[in-house]
Amino acid sequence: MVTSAFATEPVRVGSKAFTESVILGELATQLGNNAGTPTIHRAQLGGTRVLWEALLAGQIDIYPEYTGTIIQELIPGTPGDTAAIDTALRQHGIGMTRPLGFNDTYALGVPETLARQLSLRSISDLAEHPMLRFGFSNEFLNRKDGWPVVKTVYSLPQTNVTGLDHDLAYRAVASGSIDVIDLYSTDAEIAYYHLRTLDDDRHVFSAYEAVYVYRLDLRDRAPAVIKAITRLEGAIDASHMIEMNALSKLQKVPEANVASQFLLTQFQIKSTPHVDGMAAQLLLRTREHLLLVGVSLAASIIVAIPLGVLAFLWPRVGQVILAVVAAIYTIPSLALLVFMIPLLGIGTLPAIIALFLYGLLPIVRNTHAGLLGIAPGLRESAIVLGLSPSARLLKIELPLASPSILAGIKTAAVINVGTATIGALIGAGGYGQPILTGIRLADYRLILLGAIPAAVLALMVQSGFGLLERCVVPRGLRVKSRR
Amino acid sequence: MFRLDSVSKSYGSEQALDGVSLTIAPGDTTALIGPSGSGKSTLFGLLTGLMKPDTGIIYFRDQDISRGSIRELRQHIGYVIQDGGLFPHLTGHGNVSLMAAHLGWSRSKITSRVDELLDLTRLSPEVLARYPAEMSGGQQQRVALVRALMLDADVLLLDEPLGSLDPIVRAELQQELAKIFRRLRKTVALITHDLAEAGYFSDRIVLLRNGRVVQTGSINELQNSPADDFVRQFVRAQQLAGVGQ
Repeated sequence: MVTSAFATEPVRVGSKAFTESVILGELATQLGNNAGTPTIHRAQLGGTRVLWEALLAGQIDIYPEYTGTIIQELIPGTPGDTAAIDTALRQHGIGMTRPLGFNDTYALGVPETLARQLSLRSISDLAEHPMLRFGFSNEFLNRKDGWPVVKTVYSLPQTNVTGLDHDLAYRAVASGSIDVIDLYSTDAEIAYYHLRTLDDDRHVFSAYEAVYVYRLDLRDRAPAVIKAITRLEGAIDASHMIEMNALSKLQKVPEANVASQFLLTQFQIKSTPHVDGMAAQLLLRTREHLLLVGVSLAASIIVAIPLGVLAFLWPRVGQVILAVVAAIYTIPSLALLVFMIPLLGIGTLPAIIALFLYGLLPIVRNTHAGLLGIAPGLRESAIVLGLSPSARLLKIELPLASPSILAGIKTAAVINVGTATIGALIGAGGYGQPILTGIRLADYRLILLGAIPAAVLALMVQSGFGLLERCVVPRGLRVKSRR
Repeated sequence: MFRLDSVSKSYGSEQALDGVSLTIAPGDTTALIGPSGSGKSTLFGLLTGLMKPDTGIIYFRDQDISRGSIRELRQHIGYVIQDGGLFPHLTGHGNVSLMAAHLGWSRSKITSRVDELLDLTRLSPEVLARYPAEMSGGQQQRVALVRALMLDADVLLLDEPLGSLDPIVRAELQQELAKIFRRLRKTVALITHDLAEAGYFSDRIVLLRNGRVVQTGSINELQNSPADDFVRQFVRAQQLAGVGQ
């Protein structure tokens, strides 16, 4: 019974927010579909944490991972051999394929010209040039197997170390604003930007063999998919991977097409990659974005107005309410999303909840301020008339505060439209998706495909509220005084 | 109608009312006057139940209103503040019928009562269709008076009802208010800072200073037999100001 209930649900493949992972995710997806099991790809969900938590929580079934990441980050202390890793994963209900055939290890790179100038060959050579500027991907900067260990083992003196997006790092090093960046050894950009890979002469970086990790229950639910992805074991060597990365990142071939081309030449498998046209993509992203904004804003309004009223009625509670919503607002969106994965998984729901939480502050604050700003004479007149507290609130105080409340909702809505682009980090889609892909592929067309509609939507929201004001704010508050 | 028995009220270290005893008899018109900070507004706050006294007892129709809720009694008290206190989001009609509608009066009952009061206050019905911001100052005060009279309250409390009007409108409305008070025979208490106005409305002027009643009496008594130097100075200052106008 349970299996048949599961059978109707497609197998979900996840991938991290960088091109190689997306290509590997696409390969697994197409192989799954080719094996006759409906398989979908939730592409570029985020970083390692997001994917791992999503896999444990059952939000995705498979994703491409690297052995080094598993033993350093996910299950620290695991010995490096595949058998030990497999056993460790098994305790979490996770299985692993054998290595796919390439090692995508970390490395440090410098522009060839600079390397020649300073005769830099290995990471050890960096120690003699303390003025070099380092720019590392945020993950590398903080991972136990990243910069912290490199810095210690090689005793590097550099202090000018900044964190930035991996894809932006290549452009930054090419433009000369930084000198040394971290590399994934299969990155296509290494050759493209003429970077020299520095020799890891003290063997800091362990092996990062690409594998697929998957939920063990998939063996019952979709054995065909597991069987299909094992065909990739040992089938992708480093040159294949670099070539595929180059096709996607440098020649802008969609990942789905890169994957299907590989499957055709290597396995003579004809798969039909799913690539949306621009109009279809825009429509899809608009629908997703509107869903995120609409639902979260409605929830914010429903919760925040009563909270603002409470804060007004009981000033002591009010201090707490205002402090809490303000504190929530300061939580970085990515952190908030990662906190929510164990509870809510990935996708639309956690994104909506994050947006809902961010929407509270402006509305609570404006409701509270609007009520507080009512002239004392008017409030007293309402009391002396003999209206009950609830009638006073509904008939007098809330209508009088309505311009301020509406202004708060408007602020929340405009912020929400912009913030909803974070939905892409957690698989909720929206305009953030093309933006994220565009940044990853250095494709300005894609970035604009997300950024322009988001800006247009924000403007529409802005003017829409002008109309709404006419309906919601009582006419008496809008007419000009004759006195 | 109202009886205050050694009522005191302070805000922090500031003594706003200091052992005030005062009776406002049914049907009387009483004018409260005094320099700012003398305790007039605090006294009104206590009469309307917006504030509670620190010590002493306040009776309204023999009922102690110095503790607990007095919401039911409020329908017997009509209240008009300086700028009228009309709710800007409601039309004149919405303002005057608000409480009656809240109590579930029928539409015809509301209409006939409003017509009655429009007659009394010589207001044209079209003014009631406007929003407060679209009315003149005098119109706002009349509408506020209609609102205060709507439920046929026994007592009218007027806090500087003419305070923000220009002199011509003020003189006109002053005469009309006096007429209305005479016709209605209601208990009226009003705050003013103008001795002439107080004398115009009332034979009983209560002069306050620093939270105490200094003298109670007609304008003639205040002028001819002042209780102390302060009363003498206050009356003279008011006369000088009157000459200035």
